[in-house]
Amino acid sequence: MKKRNVSLLAAAAALLCASVFGTAHAQETPTKGGTLNMIAQPEPPMLMVGLNTQGPTLYVAGQIYQSLLTYGTDLEPLPSLAKSWTVSPDGLTYTFTLQDNVKWHDGKPFSAEDVVFTADKFLREAHPRWRLIATTYVESITSPAPNQVVFKLKTPFSAFLHAFELSSFPIIPKHLYDGTDYRTNPANQTPIGTGPFKLKEWKRGSYIHLVRNEDYWKPGKPYLDELYFRIIPDAASRAVAFEKGTVDVLRGGDVEGFEVRRLVKMKDVENTTSGWEAYAPLVFLQMNMRNKPFSDKNVRQAIMHAIDRDFIVKNIFFGLGKAATGPIASTTLYYSKDVPAYPFDMAKAKKLVADSGLNPSEYTIRLMPLPYGAMWDRMTEYVKQQIEQLGFKVNIQGTDAGGWSQNTADFNFDLTFNFTYQYGDPALGVARHYLSSNVIKGTPYGNNQNYLNPKVDELFAKAAGAVNKEDAAKAYAEAQKILVDDVALGWLFEMHNVTVNRKKVKNLVTTGIGLNQYMDEVWISK
Amino acid sequence: MLEFAVQRLSKAILVVIGVVILNFLLIHMAPGDPASVLAGEAGSGDAKFIEQLRAQFGLDQPLYWQLWTYLKGVLTGDLGYSYRNQVPVTTLILERLPATLLLTGCAFIFSLVLGIVLGVLAAYRRGSITDSAVMTGALVFYATPLFWVALMAVLVFSIHLDWLPPFDMETIGADMTGWERVLDIAHHLILPTVTLGLFFTAIYTRLTRASMLEVMGLDFVKTARAKGVPKARIIRRHVLRNAILPIFTFASMQAGQLVGGAVLTETVFSWPGIGRLMFDALMQRDYPVLLGVFLVTAIVVVIVNLVTDLLYRVVDPRIEAAG
Repeated sequence: MKKRNVSLLAAAAALLCASVFGTAHAQETPTKGGTLNMIAQPEPPMLMVGLNTQGPTLYVAGQIYQSLLTYGTDLEPLPSLAKSWTVSPDGLTYTFTLQDNVKWHDGKPFSAEDVVFTADKFLREAHPRWRLIATTYVESITSPAPNQVVFKLKTPFSAFLHAFELSSFPIIPKHLYDGTDYRTNPANQTPIGTGPFKLKEWKRGSYIHLVRNEDYWKPGKPYLDELYFRIIPDAASRAVAFEKGTVDVLRGGDVEGFEVRRLVKMKDVENTTSGWEAYAPLVFLQMNMRNKPFSDKNVRQAIMHAIDRDFIVKNIFFGLGKAATGPIASTTLYYSKDVPAYPFDMAKAKKLVADSGLNPSEYTIRLMPLPYGAMWDRMTEYVKQQIEQLGFKVNIQGTDAGGWSQNTADFNFDLTFNFTYQYGDPALGVARHYLSSNVIKGTPYGNNQNYLNPKVDELFAKAAGAVNKEDAAKAYAEAQKILVDDVALGWLFEMHNVTVNRKKVKNLVTTGIGLNQYMDEVWISK
Repeated sequence: MLEFAVQRLSKAILVVIGVVILNFLLIHMAPGDPASVLAGEAGSGDAKFIEQLRAQFGLDQPLYWQLWTYLKGVLTGDLGYSYRNQVPVTTLILERLPATLLLTGCAFIFSLVLGIVLGVLAAYRRGSITDSAVMTGALVFYATPLFWVALMAVLVFSIHLDWLPPFDMETIGADMTGWERVLDIAHHLILPTVTLGLFFTAIYTRLTRASMLEVMGLDFVKTARAKGVPKARIIRRHVLRNAILPIFTFASMQAGQLVGGAVLTETVFSWPGIGRLMFDALMQRDYPVLLGVFLVTAIVVVIVNLVTDLLYRVVDPRIEAAG
């Protein structure tokens, strides 16, 4: 059987990168030691990534736990706890070879048994995204050798190699969790991983303190001695903390957009929008298609024409984004440009409403904002104004986060906002919003707008089951065309999160998962 | 006296139990389901996941049963388990309560002492420039929102002058011990204390001044003055002692807010207190934590009221008869 060695390619790519960077940074050699100060915002509920995959949890726990693979900014898989991997030509067998000499923080050796336990028991039970993959595609998970894990699939799944990102597949120590009730296991309070840093102290409400793992499997790494994740609940105070040098790094969302604009102009500060490629958050309007007027395609198209997406990005989100053209972000795999366009055009929007035959003044639309702060409120007000120009009445119905997720989950809305993480492959983060099988009452992140189209279901299934990328790309391209024409969602913009840091912090953002990447290569220049 | 204390104490326990039941019902009437909030926070949620969460927290049980389970727990000292943090509520609260008591306690003493001093001063020098200055200051701080005061204080004293730390309760990562640590905490305490205390300072100043002026017009003060008692002594011995009761009443009300009233200050200054714990719990529908904080707050209020009632007698022995 001829096997494709993907890791060889990846290694070659890494070498190439290294040589390019090598010349640029030749005079700077990493130095050991130092403390890196960051912000965990909001405070994570726990650091057990197998049970909670909220942004701040991943940010902190990404230093403690590791997954089999990580992903470059081009979304190609890179080695992590798996040093190499092969895929059989029929796309059904995935063999991972693990790193040697890896130990858990409590000194126990890490082995393929841990990976099998994680995939077959822990995540199947505790992780909704992995559960779906495991029950739909995976036939068996075995370890033929102590450093090898083999996944056998029932049918090919083109996104499979993208399912091993930290938030989808953190590896859990079998010796602490097997046979216990995962959610109430006391070990959840003292996370044990294989990563470069260990939890030393968590003072709730103040800070989380990690220290270097002396037994880390990469010799001589990590460079840093300590990491502090500070809990600073007020956005203005977080900006002050960076300005005063109390913290060295601001993650996207740590401070308000206007503060980003101000802080990046400071001396000795650099910033990047890289590091979000794997998540590629995309903001959209969700229109409840169960009722008029949104059951009418003309109305949905009219709304797309009535909203100036460039205006939203430029004037409301301080330029931190890019107008979206469809369901897949332009930075991620299988993005297709070949879709119907909806340029800002009020006249056309009004005509479409007229074509629908509905009398807009008969409808009062409840618009439920996403309760995430000032910029989201301004966007809600803008959208209200635009839709009112089409003749509809719009009432803004504010809620807090709890009310929002309940109303969305119970389909109790006319119009609301949401955004989605794409997880590197449309089968993982995109399809869930459009599949008719994913209209499930009680969950806020599915197909809550009730978009039903058998053709689209079929195309997504075909793309996910494709053995080679070309077939998948073709099916996704066709699905995008249909979705955009139908306005399955009102895509607004791709969020560009900015990482701001002091220039002395080196090698901070190197992969497509950005700051969630374990920082074993990060160092501070003196 | 003992009988009085016992009687009040048993009433207080009934009040606390009533508060627990009422809070429980009110909280469960609020829209928003903890399981779906948690699932939302996890960024994903299939129906099974949410079902698991509900079963884990007992949210699938009927409400009266949940209330009964909770009450049983409270009576045995078990405040339940935080949905979100997965630690016992008692641990969470005990971790955070000292920070809040320190902050609000300092703010309480600060505002009480400064308010009375300024009020006496203003009354003593009625009509002078000092009087106008004090009263204008009081009016300004009475009318200014707390968060604005906090932000301005940070801007001036932390960013421009660099005298005071703008957030945290102590220097993180410095590993100080003993007096060094005490001084460090005191240094961090200044800005939040002043911010939290200024509003009440303003109230005490105005109350003290008005109350003093009223007493100063009474006959026995005139008599004292006629007898030739020095003015400072009249103020201290005759006026202040009699003018202090209304201030005392108001102070007991402020003391009731000691636990729950510092959400804003704690947020702006990253103070790891219980007010923020409560706010986060509310946003995340973490019912057990929320109920736990309410319970602790209620207990503190009840205790403060008891103490106040007893102290009234110390301040003014005539009250004893009415007990």
